[in-house]
Amino acid sequence: MAVKEKNAAQKISSTTAKGRGAVSIRNVTKIYDPEGVNVMAVDNCSLEIAAGEVCMIVGPSGCGKTTLLNVIAGFHSLTSGEIYLDDELLCGPDKPLAEQGADRMVVFQNGALFPWKSLLDNVAYGPMVQGILSKSDALDKARDMLDEAGLLDVADKFPGEVSSGMARRAEIVRALINDPKVLLLDEPYRAMDALTKSIMHEALLEMYDRTKVTIFFITHDLEEAIFLGDRAVVMTTRPAEVKKIVSVKIPRPRDYKLLSSEQFRLLVEEAKEAVHEEAIKAFEAGERELA
Amino acid sequence: MTDAVQSAHDTTAVVAKRSKLRKLAENKTLWRGITAIVLFVLFWEICSQSKEWFGIQVPFIGKIPPPSAVLDSWVEVLQRPGYWQSWYLSFMRVFLGFIIAMIVGIPFGMALAVNRYFRDIFFPPFEVLRPIPPLAWVPASIIFWPTTELSIAFVTFLGAFFTIVINVLGGARTIDVQYLRAAQSMGASQWDLFRRIILPGTLPSIFTGAAVGMGITWEVVVAAEMISGGGQQSGGGLGFFLWSSYMGGSMAQVIVGMISIGIAGYVSSSLIRYIGQLFMPWRRIF
Repeated sequence: MAVKEKNAAQKISSTTAKGRGAVSIRNVTKIYDPEGVNVMAVDNCSLEIAAGEVCMIVGPSGCGKTTLLNVIAGFHSLTSGEIYLDDELLCGPDKPLAEQGADRMVVFQNGALFPWKSLLDNVAYGPMVQGILSKSDALDKARDMLDEAGLLDVADKFPGEVSSGMARRAEIVRALINDPKVLLLDEPYRAMDALTKSIMHEALLEMYDRTKVTIFFITHDLEEAIFLGDRAVVMTTRPAEVKKIVSVKIPRPRDYKLLSSEQFRLLVEEAKEAVHEEAIKAFEAGERELA
Repeated sequence: MTDAVQSAHDTTAVVAKRSKLRKLAENKTLWRGITAIVLFVLFWEICSQSKEWFGIQVPFIGKIPPPSAVLDSWVEVLQRPGYWQSWYLSFMRVFLGFIIAMIVGIPFGMALAVNRYFRDIFFPPFEVLRPIPPLAWVPASIIFWPTTELSIAFVTFLGAFFTIVINVLGGARTIDVQYLRAAQSMGASQWDLFRRIILPGTLPSIFTGAAVGMGITWEVVVAAEMISGGGQQSGGGLGFFLWSSYMGGSMAQVIVGMISIGIAGYVSSSLIRYIGQLFMPWRRIF
């Protein structure tokens, strides 16, 4: 039975691997063990993300979404299960910690542009330290990519001198210059107001339409999940596993007019019910922890 | 109508031209500061001129010479080469001790931060020695070193060293882990990580340590100069100038010495701030 499942999983990933960046998460469990107190963050979670898919991971705060991202990125080890990237093993029982690599670029919740480098130097950093490009070539490429993202005017400014929206866009450019297979985004627009957020969404979609990179996007904003995603994967509260998958069959390119359509509203409703249940559970669990 | 617009336009041009000076002249904080200092000097002058108010001696200020006498004394002192020699000697001692403390302290703090074994071995003795005040090292320092000059330099070095190390260590250890993860994901080698992330990430702490260390250095130098006195082989310095003025009974000159040390300390920390801005252009915006 288990073998059969595994074969099925393999079949799915190989049939979808037309492009690059298919992520296969198989029965992944992560238990934190700080001083003997076991905290199960992820429980037997399985998820197949197709190459070039925008997969939105939705769940209440602290449900273990970020843990999953950290395991894929190679920041944390997993306890059991396996994760494959394009049929290559990232981490599994014999190799619990994935190697960090430029094929999986992370855009962090609080932003991690190096404050001591200009946006241009930040973007050029990856190809430069990897020795793929010479310094001047890396800077040229970085300038081109910032230009494409509409950030050329601020290329020579430090991250602290530009708005958070610009900084976040530059950070995505910094990730994309490394030509990653997967872009891992951890609530990148969390602290932004609705107006800025919608501008960021359109910028991200525009970048996605250009690159078709696989996107693993963590959020707890449902409208964001439906607007951006091919699928919205609703996670249960800790320990995290897949609760419900909402497929968003809305053609691309999408724009903000979509937000007021009936189809969009229905999809949000569908996901909302599942998320709401988990939010209540998370809230009650939190109450218990405090009590 | 057009005239009005024109004249309004002229006015704005003139205002723009004058605005910089005007802004300074209208800066209330600046004026309050100037007024406060003038009032303070006046108060000091009055209090020390009329030693007694209603039959009671004015406390503290009544015992010292008035600002006019200090100024007279200063003008006289400025013409003596010995005074300038004192400036030179103190600055040399401060910077000798300080620079050696930077050269030794920054790598030492970095090594403590990045290498666990190094930290396990060297941090405990460091922490035992750190609470000892630099001046408590004076007797040991006299035994350690053949000349007074070297003894002063050593005590000065200690004053800055511990502060710099503890700041570098703290700064390097508290770099946001996201920067390290981001850099590693982008393929940074250990050396890249150190040179391009840990080092610039620690710079603000290095300069904080330097600024605090510089302050301690001046305290130590002045105290050491007072203790060492004229000496046979060395001596002088602003601390010695102050102390010998006191021994000579010239209170006005003592105050000249105090203000001189204040100015010297201010110049030194301004220098650190200036260098800090050169090294950390991204911090200029804050």
